[in-house]
Amino acid sequence: MSSPAKKKNGVKGFFKKLYKYRVFLLMLAPAVIYTLVFAYYPMTGIVLAFKKYNYNGGIWGSPWNGLDNFKFFFKSGQAALVTKNTVIYNLIFIVVNTVMQIAVAVFLTEIRGKHYRKVTQSLMFLPYFISWVIVGVMAFNIFSSDYGFINRLIVSLGGEKIPFYTQPTWWPFILVFFNLWKNIGYGSVMYLAAIMGIDTSIYEAAAIDGANVFQRIFKVTIPSIMPTTIILLLLSVGGIFKGNFDMFYNLVGNNGLLYQKTDVIDTLAFRALISSNDFGMSAAIGLFQSVLCFITVIFVNWLVGKYDRDYTLF
Amino acid sequence: MAQRTATKIKKGKDVIALNIIAYTFTGLIALICLVPFIMIVTGSLSSEAAIIKNGFSLFIQDFSLEAYKTVFEQPMVVVRAYITTICLTIVGTALGLLLQTMTAYVLVRRDFEWRNFFSFFFYFTTLFSGGLVPYYILINNTLHLRDNYLALLLPLVFSVYNLLIMKSYIMGLPDSLIDAAKIDGCGEFRILFQIVMPLIKPALATVGLFIALAYWNDWYNAMLYIKTEAKYPLQYFLYQRVNDIEGYKKLIANGTVSSQVVSSVSLPTQTLKMALTIVVTGPIVLAYPLVQRYFVQGITIGAVKG
Repeated sequence: MSSPAKKKNGVKGFFKKLYKYRVFLLMLAPAVIYTLVFAYYPMTGIVLAFKKYNYNGGIWGSPWNGLDNFKFFFKSGQAALVTKNTVIYNLIFIVVNTVMQIAVAVFLTEIRGKHYRKVTQSLMFLPYFISWVIVGVMAFNIFSSDYGFINRLIVSLGGEKIPFYTQPTWWPFILVFFNLWKNIGYGSVMYLAAIMGIDTSIYEAAAIDGANVFQRIFKVTIPSIMPTTIILLLLSVGGIFKGNFDMFYNLVGNNGLLYQKTDVIDTLAFRALISSNDFGMSAAIGLFQSVLCFITVIFVNWLVGKYDRDYTLF
Repeated sequence: MAQRTATKIKKGKDVIALNIIAYTFTGLIALICLVPFIMIVTGSLSSEAAIIKNGFSLFIQDFSLEAYKTVFEQPMVVVRAYITTICLTIVGTALGLLLQTMTAYVLVRRDFEWRNFFSFFFYFTTLFSGGLVPYYILINNTLHLRDNYLALLLPLVFSVYNLLIMKSYIMGLPDSLIDAAKIDGCGEFRILFQIVMPLIKPALATVGLFIALAYWNDWYNAMLYIKTEAKYPLQYFLYQRVNDIEGYKKLIANGTVSSQVVSSVSLPTQTLKMALTIVVTGPIVLAYPLVQRYFVQGITIGAVKG
């Protein structure tokens, strides 16, 4: 409606609007400036991925070196390893978390004891509030060779100690466990909300038809929360190339013995920057990840759109 | 009638079965969520000798407050980290809320024709980012914020996710409210601060808590940008201390430092770690029952909006 009018007015119309919206624009200004400085300006820094960075030259003055940064990243075999680790971990996290969060939500709604429900739900939500630094301390309490709860238990039962911090074998389990541990309460709240939104008349109808509680769960509850589940699943698939740096760094740290099974794109990019001061390669890894993320999000958004237009993000 | 009681009994059986499963399952998970916390508490109250002998367990071994005494031997170090984190959290949350509410308010105004453009302007930053290196250079070299508290404050002050939560709350307000205020001659700032803000108190609480939690738990920005120990916020202070202790142990293991030297300093290392963790986590766990409700509200909104 307004677009032909806008065209007619042209530049003059633009300034007129600028004046008309001056208060709105003033209110937006801080956030816009912030976003330009902290989000858009750094995007220009991706040119570093094609440069040999030196401090004096900075982003713009450093010499170009073509695809050298990428070559090293890919040829060393690190690209394949960290990408594989990132994707596989995220896939397992998504599946395990979703299944367990739904299970918790379903069971919590079935519990009649109000206090029991409240207490268990609060306890499950508690880990969400602490930092990964603290989770790192907790992991050490449980898995350390010398003082760890599990190893002491194994020894007291006459078994052989498992050197968790030098053997990568166990880490997929440990990481999946802590990731679930930290997010189970948070995630289940979303599914609880979805379950609360189910029309109770469907349950009444199911009861009249003689459905037992298990049938009710699998034939009514689970199908009813499927839309929420699919949307949440797709959204998490959008972040499949993003490693949770906080978690990996605090649980594994700079323990090179474990990298084979624990190194993800984000930890490698971090080490390239901080430990080896290789700005170019770190930027290359970052760009590689950003592009993969971008493509996945666009693809996922298209998928969501096919499923339900209302839930697309843009 | 007979049939009716029969179905009732049948119903009773599966309900009981489900209840047993539901209670056990949720109880077990709640317990697993709690156990690591218990281990830290009991570890912090045990004596170092007992931990070295028996490892961590669920029970207090040979009760001792030695670790807490060591933590508070130089109370100023901990207190300083506390003050840093508390100030950052308060200032950051206040600024963040103001920024996010003001922006969200404009973006939901239907009479603002450019709102879709600006919404996309903000949203796009979640789709694509420059990554770690350009951001690192921006903070360190371009803005010269190395070792500056602003390097801890600015990265967390604005987030598009919080903006979206705020937007969906403000969208829930009736348009007529703002229209009426405008007819009465209210300016935009007055509408925002005197009419909208009081009505979205739950949103302010929720988003405020998300921002506060991000500041309270931040260690990452400190690791990247803060070099002076006196400026460490709480979580990074803990991170450093825990890793110092591990570092000491490695030095002993490598024979670089004789264990006698270290034991003469008598660091109650393992229990000290636990006591430090308690000191750092305590407030958030204590505040938790009070604030949990608002988090649940926020997540629920997020779930509804997708």
